[in-house]
Amino acid sequence: MPERPKRPKEPFFWTLFSAGGVVSAFLLPVHLFLFVLAFPLGWLEPPAHDTLAQLARHPLARLYLFLLCSLPLFHWAHRFRYTLYDGLQIKHLNEMINVFCYGGAIIGTGVAAYLLW
Amino acid sequence: MSSAPRYTEHHPRWYRERVSTYWWLWRWNYLKFVLREISSVFIAWFVLVTLLQFRALSSGAQAYAQFQEWLRSPGILLLHLIGFAFVLFHTATWFGLAPAALVVRLGGKRVPAALIVASNYAAWLAVSAVIAWLVLRGRA
Repeated sequence: MPERPKRPKEPFFWTLFSAGGVVSAFLLPVHLFLFVLAFPLGWLEPPAHDTLAQLARHPLARLYLFLLCSLPLFHWAHRFRYTLYDGLQIKHLNEMINVFCYGGAIIGTGVAAYLLW
Repeated sequence: MSSAPRYTEHHPRWYRERVSTYWWLWRWNYLKFVLREISSVFIAWFVLVTLLQFRALSSGAQAYAQFQEWLRSPGILLLHLIGFAFVLFHTATWFGLAPAALVVRLGGKRVPAALIVASNYAAWLAVSAVIAWLVLRGRA
């Protein structure tokens, strides 16, 4: 019996990387501008806790936040893996790097799902 | 992914020039590539911040006030200023690559690259405006 060829995992992870790149590019800047710069620096008056908590409790907002957190983590995993691989040329630790990067993204996704549930 | 090359006993040694670990430092294009890759570290950091923010937000007003206080500390502000620049760099380079990934044809003709980049920026501004409106509209 010929062995069934193993399906490569790369295309699957690449799709997640690409989706994470899109999400990061389109959505992160406005979030960061508001929450980590404009509000802390006093450029804009932040919304009250209750209003914001109510907005974040909405199921659609939580789904949105889940995608906003999970996909960019896979984007990070892919890029960081190649940064270590090509940039720093740590090729002999390839397996460990893969586990660290994709494992980190998977754990992060789990934590996000738990928090946002 | 990685397939280790198999060596046979009489296989000639391959000639491979030794590349310095810092090969990317000496040319702007290479440096740009590495900076773009490093932007992903800040992206992961901001995901973490977003999750912490959500947790503080759902823990109550006091926890959220403490979180906001943390965001105001000088070291964190500096880090976030640098991180914001890296995220913008990611956005710009991502949109710059869009025409290579996305071939759009209209009436049998290929839509010019500049138009695809421009429509990405336009969509980005629109999406950002909607999110900002959602966040800001509830203020007293």
